[in-house]
Amino acid sequence: MMGNAKTARKGNLIGAVGMVIAILGTVFLFEKKDTNGVVIENFTVPTIVYVLIFGAIGLGTIIGWLTAKKVQMTKMPELVSMFNGMGGACAALIGLMEYHHNIGHTGALIAIIAGLIIGSISFSGSVIAYLKLNGTMNKPVRLPAYNIINTLFMIGVFAFGAFVVYAQPHGGGFLYALFVAALVYGILFTIPIGGADMPVVISLLNSFTGLAAAFGGFLYDNKVMLTGGILVGSAGTLLTLVMCKAMNRPLSNVIFGAFGGGGTSAGSGAEVNGSIKDIAVSDLAVLMNYSKKVVIVPGYGLAVAQAQHIIHELEQLLEERGVEVKYAIHPVAGRMPGHMNVLLAESNVSYDKLVEMEDINPEFEQTDVVLVVGANDVVNPAAKSDPSSPIYGMPILEVDRAKHIIINKRSMNAGYAGIDNLLFYDPKSSMFFGDAKKALTELVAELKTM
Amino acid sequence: MDAILALFTDHISMIYFIVLSVFVGVEVIGHVPTVLHTPLMSGANAIHGVVIVGAIYVMLNVDANDYISLSLGSLAVLLGTLNVVGGFVVTDRMLEMFKKK
Repeated sequence: MMGNAKTARKGNLIGAVGMVIAILGTVFLFEKKDTNGVVIENFTVPTIVYVLIFGAIGLGTIIGWLTAKKVQMTKMPELVSMFNGMGGACAALIGLMEYHHNIGHTGALIAIIAGLIIGSISFSGSVIAYLKLNGTMNKPVRLPAYNIINTLFMIGVFAFGAFVVYAQPHGGGFLYALFVAALVYGILFTIPIGGADMPVVISLLNSFTGLAAAFGGFLYDNKVMLTGGILVGSAGTLLTLVMCKAMNRPLSNVIFGAFGGGGTSAGSGAEVNGSIKDIAVSDLAVLMNYSKKVVIVPGYGLAVAQAQHIIHELEQLLEERGVEVKYAIHPVAGRMPGHMNVLLAESNVSYDKLVEMEDINPEFEQTDVVLVVGANDVVNPAAKSDPSSPIYGMPILEVDRAKHIIINKRSMNAGYAGIDNLLFYDPKSSMFFGDAKKALTELVAELKTM
Repeated sequence: MDAILALFTDHISMIYFIVLSVFVGVEVIGHVPTVLHTPLMSGANAIHGVVIVGAIYVMLNVDANDYISLSLGSLAVLLGTLNVVGGFVVTDRMLEMFKKK
């Protein structure tokens, strides 16, 4: 059902209804059991508990609903990582609370401790991912030998967890120490990874939280939690791998390698020579007006500038004048796979105009003008030609085969990957500097006068 | 070690369930086009909010006088709800955009 844009919405609603049933069922079909699993008859749950549960659900619904309704579509990755962190925190808190009731039951403790560790990692990792996407924390922080430190730390956390399961200490001290250690690991795990790779990390953390939920299902013998958790765990893992494939980098490279790992990013800068020319709005308007075919390559810069509506206006204007307009969508355009599709759908661009990379690449030969808006790494020819480039091997949109390449950028700053783009120095390229929204508005105004 | 083995034998139907769920998960994702990967991710995000069921279960077992557990539990339920509601609502919002032509 999720395979099609039309039915996916229904699938989502069914999922939501299922969730409500699961929650109500848990509350109203509750049976208190004693330590041997025998149901205690005539047990009434204290009223305060119901009040707190429904209060928390009510409050959570209101806040969650409002946040989800108000958030800008460009902030989607941040939102997903925030909600993911909350799910992780929820799983970790369950672990903290359930531990004492289950001392003596090794099996249950394994599930509890695993849920606690994974939930905590997911929580603190998501918070860091959120901050990175938000721009609050924009530089990857790398401790010396961070790979070794992180790996040792991870082994340490799990060994500590195994120790707690084995020794089953009665005091809460060890448990809280484990909780804190797992939180710290979540931070260490995420902090060296660059902003461009955050979607992969979020997807991975998403599957972690799924796993934590599944451990909860194991603990309570609850099939809804188990199925939901495992479903997300496997789906998330697969999605992570799909993303890595789109960037042509193994997952290990994303986690351990991170871009540039030192000074290699400067490598491709050395061979840049030639000059950059820029193009005036009026010339560009003329050029586009008399083209037969224009392909727009939208990137994250377009989303940041909130230029998705004006680009749609440009597209309509050109279509009216008989120019064929298409959008070339790179699998990792935007900040999540499929993010650009959501953004353009938001501004009413019909989705048969959105062409995926494999289908658009052969068409560039017959394209008169390629307009690159706020995209950089996904059109960098170094990915094909320069083995020393950090993005070498990543499939790109081959815009350099078009007759004219217009690149709209705010400045000459490098893209997310932090590397120079040879495309800008191509004799067929012209730079169209300026904030995407402002520059495109000027372009549309210019076109209208013609 | 025995305890771990016992864990598996006691929960053998659960193990089957896990394996089955993994297959379902892989099958589901395999058929989703790239276009829908963002809604998919946020939809999956909402689904793991099912962890709230565990939080509620914990809450129902808490004594009325155990204030620490009551507050931790309420927090867990609150966070879980945020995850579930926010996830589903935002997924719906995204998919709605795809629907209109």
